[in-house]
Amino acid sequence: MPRTFTPKVVTANALLEGDVVYLTAHGDWTRDHAEADLIKDEGTAEIRLLEAQAQAHEVVGPYLADATPGARGPEPVHFREAFRTRGPSNYPHGKQEA
Amino acid sequence: MYAYTDFDRDFLAERNAQFRAQVERRIDGSLTEDEFKPLRLMNGLYLQLHAYMLRVAIPYGTLNGAQMRQLAMIADRWDKGYGHFTTRQNIQYNWPQLRDVPDMLDALGEVGMHAIQTSGNTIRNVTADHFAGAAAEEVADPRPVAELIRQWSTDHPEFQFLPRKFKVAVTGSAFDRAVTAAHDIGLRLVERNGEIGAMVLVGGGLGRTPMIGKVLADFVAFDDLLPYLEAIVAVYNLLGRRDNKYKARIKITVHENGIDEIRRLVDEEFIPRRAAFNGADMALLEKIKADFAAPDFVAGSGEFEAQYADDPVFRSFVDTNAVDHKHPDYTILTVSLKAHGATPGDATSDQMRVLADIAETYAHDELRISHEQNVILPHLPKRHLRTVFDTLAEAGLATANIGLASDIIACPGMDYCALATARSIPVAQQIATRFEELKLEHEVGPLKIKISGCINACGHHHVGHIGILGLDRAGVENYQITLGGDGGPDAVIGERAGPGFAYDQVVDAIERLVRGYLELRESADETFLDAYKRLGAAPFKAALYPEAKADAA
Ligand code: HEM
Ligand code: SF4
Repeated sequence: MPRTFTPKVVTANALLEGDVVYLTAHGDWTRDHAEADLIKDEGTAEIRLLEAQAQAHEVVGPYLADATPGARGPEPVHFREAFRTRGPSNYPHGKQEA
Repeated sequence: MYAYTDFDRDFLAERNAQFRAQVERRIDGSLTEDEFKPLRLMNGLYLQLHAYMLRVAIPYGTLNGAQMRQLAMIADRWDKGYGHFTTRQNIQYNWPQLRDVPDMLDALGEVGMHAIQTSGNTIRNVTADHFAGAAAEEVADPRPVAELIRQWSTDHPEFQFLPRKFKVAVTGSAFDRAVTAAHDIGLRLVERNGEIGAMVLVGGGLGRTPMIGKVLADFVAFDDLLPYLEAIVAVYNLLGRRDNKYKARIKITVHENGIDEIRRLVDEEFIPRRAAFNGADMALLEKIKADFAAPDFVAGSGEFEAQYADDPVFRSFVDTNAVDHKHPDYTILTVSLKAHGATPGDATSDQMRVLADIAETYAHDELRISHEQNVILPHLPKRHLRTVFDTLAEAGLATANIGLASDIIACPGMDYCALATARSIPVAQQIATRFEELKLEHEVGPLKIKISGCINACGHHHVGHIGILGLDRAGVENYQITLGGDGGPDAVIGERAGPGFAYDQVVDAIERLVRGYLELRESADETFLDAYKRLGAAPFKAALYPEAKADAA
């Protein structure tokens, strides 16, 4: 039996602004977690991470983060990634600012 | 105050121009992130959770009104209108854009400030007692020594690639408000036979393996100080572990080799280093001392006594936030950046400007940042206290809580920091709010609560009377409590109390603990820490974990 694979999204920070971004199915970057490409197998995840790493002119520090299908699109699993979709708790800053 | 020379200004301008070119080359793709990252870190620029973060040094926490006003201008123009003052006497901007950072550094340079050595494995910003030059009980002002060390260590070619970061703190007071025992090198200025010199502690530090510094030398005369420090750092540079990042700090070197062996090696290294110094450092120290000469104090306390007697709100503010100055008509006023429910250490740009105005108008143009994340007016004439209080109150800066339960140190935690395992800020906000609602903190008296969002311990939780460490337990935030820590002259690392608490339980746990103390203390004069020292951990643990007591019964 293959090990179970937790679905992933590729995430990083935008080079110019530092904002949290996610890789879409089209290979570009979105700031909305729900628009991320939810990757369901390990091989694809590795390839997509390499693709992201090749975009060093746009993003910094891409990595794979656990995600799960939700009503609107992929949702984060871990609280750290949930915070990254919003911004800090203490001010309406970051993505919750708009 | 110390004033930059033309040489310093040219150096900063040139360095900023260099960084500007590096940023441009990163943006146009000619530098990779791997190439750029060490360059940006050398200029204080981190990438955090949601944005870049620029860390600016405030050497030994001292700044004037013009510098504070410039910090406010930078916050408005290139950030989100506020700054975060930290436990290492730095200010951090949480939202700069990569392109703007060179402009921010130039703006800092205009007022003699910078972000050099605020990151990386070098000698970091030298910190000092925030009451330096003002405290009644001070042996000597620690800032000339701190400035001498800053000049010696900045861009020191031998010490740019140490095994790990290196932190130096200096105090001139027996009360040690600089937490010298938790630094790689702690210097305590002491008097011996009428001469001032330094007691040298080495190998303190918090983080993963917290340790209290050990005395390496009881007394080092000033003319031996730089070669002696150089010998210590050189020995560490050679012996320090480069194979394991977690064992790289000098506290591990001291622990593994023993303090006596380190002393032997330092003494040996000191001889040639001493010979190489030609006395220019002492001429420099004399010049620096002159720059730190006390202002011309003005005698007379005006209407202060009557104002103090008349208004209980003002009286409570003075009693809680002001302490004795070496001049009888002056006071040292700590302005709290811990309004109940606010983010510890944050100041808005408007608040920074109010503080700058007050310093310039009433208080000899001096401000300090404390490692406890507050702002100090070190030389405030008593005759202006009432006016200053009213001005602070209008700006939301008159919270009377210095040293009390709501005066909490909190690191940025997972609201900003990429290394965090849990949040710190909202926990601090909720604890402060709770104590405000209970109207209990003045009754409780001196109590230091400190919170870190991971084991790196930037919030000093190990030396909190109550320390809180945020962790990730199976994907949820969990908070471990330590008890009995102390950052004072007889520094102690707190003990872990037991299992951690969930995010929504930690505030109740702290309340139980504090109420438990109120039951346990002998009188209102026995502080939390004193009661803990007298009784030991058991009754405090019983207050924290009532269900465990019930189970055992
Ligand atoms: C948000 C960005 C920050 C990062 C990435 C960061 C990183 C770290 C790391 C990795 C350590 C452990 C180092 C070691 O033991 O070798 C550490 C310790 C420490 N940091 Fe931070 N820190 C941050 C913010 C702060 C802030 C805001 C302060 C307060 C000024 C601070 C003050 C300290 C202190 C006091 C220690 C422990 C003291 C010691 O062991 O010497 N840091 N930090
Ligand atoms: S203690 Fe941890 S979470 Fe807090 S600022 Fe330091 S590195 Fe970040």
